[in-house]
Amino acid sequence: MSQRHGPVTAAVITGSMPEMDNDHGPLQHHFDDMAQQNESAALGMWLFLLTEVMFFGGVLTAYAVCRYLFHDAFAEGASHLDVQMGTINTIILIFSSLTMALAVRAAQMSKTKLLVGLLIATMVFGGAFLVIKGIEYEHKWVEHHVPGKYFQYDGPMANQVHLFFSFYFTMTGIHALHMILGIGWMIWLTIRSWRGDFSAAYFSPIEMTGLYWHFVDIVWIFLFPLLYLFGAGAGAGH
Amino acid sequence: MSEQAAPRRRNRGRYEGDVPREHYLNVAYGLKSWLLTVDHKRIAILYLLSITGFFAIGGLFAAIIRMELMTPTGDLMSSEVYNRVFTLHGVVMVFFFLIPSIPAVFGNFFLPMMIGAKDLAFPRINLASWYIYTIGGIFTLAAIIAGGVDTGWTFYTPYSSTYSNSAVALTAIGVFINGFSSIFTGLNFIVSIHKMRAPGLTWMRLPLFVWAHYAASIIMILGTPVVAIAIFLIAVERLLGVGIFDPALGGDPILYQHLFWFYSHPAVYIMILPSMGVMSEVIACFSRKRIFGYAFIAASSLAIAVVGFLVWGHHMFVSGQSAYVSMVFSVLSMLVAVPSAVKVFNWLATLWRGSISFETPMLYAFGFLGLFTVGGLTGLYLGTLATDVHLHDSYFIVAHFHYIMVGGAVMGYLAAVHFWWPKMTGRMYSEFWGRLSAGLLFIGFNLTFFPQFLLGYMGMPRRYHFYPDEWQVLNVLSTAGASILGIAYLIPIIYLVYSLRYGPIAGPNPWHATGLEWTTASPPPQHNFETTPTVTEEPYDYSKAIENVAITPGAGPESPPSPAAPRS
Repeated sequence: MSQRHGPVTAAVITGSMPEMDNDHGPLQHHFDDMAQQNESAALGMWLFLLTEVMFFGGVLTAYAVCRYLFHDAFAEGASHLDVQMGTINTIILIFSSLTMALAVRAAQMSKTKLLVGLLIATMVFGGAFLVIKGIEYEHKWVEHHVPGKYFQYDGPMANQVHLFFSFYFTMTGIHALHMILGIGWMIWLTIRSWRGDFSAAYFSPIEMTGLYWHFVDIVWIFLFPLLYLFGAGAGAGH
Repeated sequence: MSEQAAPRRRNRGRYEGDVPREHYLNVAYGLKSWLLTVDHKRIAILYLLSITGFFAIGGLFAAIIRMELMTPTGDLMSSEVYNRVFTLHGVVMVFFFLIPSIPAVFGNFFLPMMIGAKDLAFPRINLASWYIYTIGGIFTLAAIIAGGVDTGWTFYTPYSSTYSNSAVALTAIGVFINGFSSIFTGLNFIVSIHKMRAPGLTWMRLPLFVWAHYAASIIMILGTPVVAIAIFLIAVERLLGVGIFDPALGGDPILYQHLFWFYSHPAVYIMILPSMGVMSEVIACFSRKRIFGYAFIAASSLAIAVVGFLVWGHHMFVSGQSAYVSMVFSVLSMLVAVPSAVKVFNWLATLWRGSISFETPMLYAFGFLGLFTVGGLTGLYLGTLATDVHLHDSYFIVAHFHYIMVGGAVMGYLAAVHFWWPKMTGRMYSEFWGRLSAGLLFIGFNLTFFPQFLLGYMGMPRRYHFYPDEWQVLNVLSTAGASILGIAYLIPIIYLVYSLRYGPIAGPNPWHATGLEWTTASPPPQHNFETTPTVTEEPYDYSKAIENVAITPGAGPESPPSPAAPRS
């Protein structure tokens, strides 16, 4: 949450001009000590993730209602998703969570080079996920399964299958947007890490980014079975 | 400084000191010092100005509506234009005035001061929330220029998603963006209340204004994301045609109503809870009494926030939900009236045998008590299944929610403006003009909206601009009331602006009120307090004498007398 940067100094509570005091250490002028600042950042991040749960909760509710109403059509739509690519992406994301967790640990141990390396690894995994997702989207485009004007589906319940793909693109699209924002934020963190802003004394931004990244992963852990595996199981039953 | 001997009587002597040499308004000048500020007080002023602007726009649309309804024939504008006018009135007033009003202005300004903090926990996120609000507002203004939007403020599907030929997507994106400013504000408040309280400020010593904002913030962070996704889906549906709410494509329009009201009913409590917080401060101060039932008022705020999430279905009694669901929602809606009534009765008990004086903020508080009670009681008619079928979508419901929104939330907002204006600006406004406009507002409001109860009961539907001739008398009364209401809104702008330059110096505590915000200079210094205050007693201890003393820079805040005063 904090964007403060600059070397860690003791003289930090002098800020008589908070508009101007962007560069005097990680402790911001309105906190008494680092513990208070870190606890506030953690609580703020968890509350933000709570809003994210409600945000995804809304569209998951809509999905649940429609899946209940049109069970067969949704199973049919899901069988057109590429389970193999989805599985690979799931594994990639879990590894990115691992490198993110290790990055927090590296920051706690003041290992700057390791921290930078692990952040880059996390971004590479995240990027790989997005590339595979893009390939999947491209396949859907070629097959005319993108909802809207160009959607084509020759079979029963075409409207309901269309609805399934609407959910697929909306949910994975919002998820991908969250990943892009996370990677963008991580680029900034990598620069700051390289500069040596983080150490055992101050690593709250890395930790908070970690929380966010794990959350985005968990969302995928829900989306993957809801969208991909549903169809695989139903397909096997045919 | 004359009559301090009588502790329960307010000292009416004029403050003889000067404004502090340096305060938050003059530490820096220029546009940049405002647009890049992270000071919660300056951000509150930014919000005050932009919210007042949106209130004026929303009010303008209201004036057009009332002008149109003076005659039964609908001769001022076409139906299409009328649809746009009432939609924009609703969208602007709900999303850009009522929801941010008290939290973003007075919560931002006073919540950190009431908890003895230098700022909110995340000052930059606070500033970001104002920018997000502004960007959302620009989208909505752009939608107005692009031809307006005609769906009603509720954006009901499938009309909004499929059939409407107006700037729905632009408005929806504006409202979606604006939601994040609300989320950021709520998140900031909760973290600040948890982590930034001054030493000795336990939860049960928090001012009730802070409790009310805590409860409202819970709704902001839990509810707003849900309406965000619902409105996002409408925008996506219009732009890409995904069909989630379109029955022609297999979607479910009622689903939208569920998602929308899951937030938009609790949003009513985002509007009214902060206003209730203001009431607790104002009524205790001008009754010179410790607030009655502190713990009950605090807990009822949380109860409203929790139960408020379980009543959304009462907006959908005639939308096609199952009768059993409607019954459950009806019962739960009755339940939410209980904590609201707890508050009203506690305020009345606070007034009982208090030493009441009738300053402008108190007049607005009395207005709130009466109008909110009428609005709340008429809500029971609408929460009851059988009567709702008759009254649904009629002018009865328009009158009902204006009694809550204008009579409750706007009255609370104006009470807050007048109560804290001396603290924010260091100047007193004209008490005469203040009382006059408060009285005019009360008369104008009732004249505007009471006839609408009768119209609705007789069956006049909302959102039509023509009606049978026999309803014209009541409609003309309503329009006449709206004119008085408009004047009552304009007068404060004049005398408040006038007071900035010519008003008497207020001093740190012109109302002799309790609360940490009154222990520092007016206007407050940049970091609110010269030294971090320590709290040693419960709030609202009006049994002791409270002076309006000059605060010399460098000295600590005036230390309250430590021996516990006898309860009155």
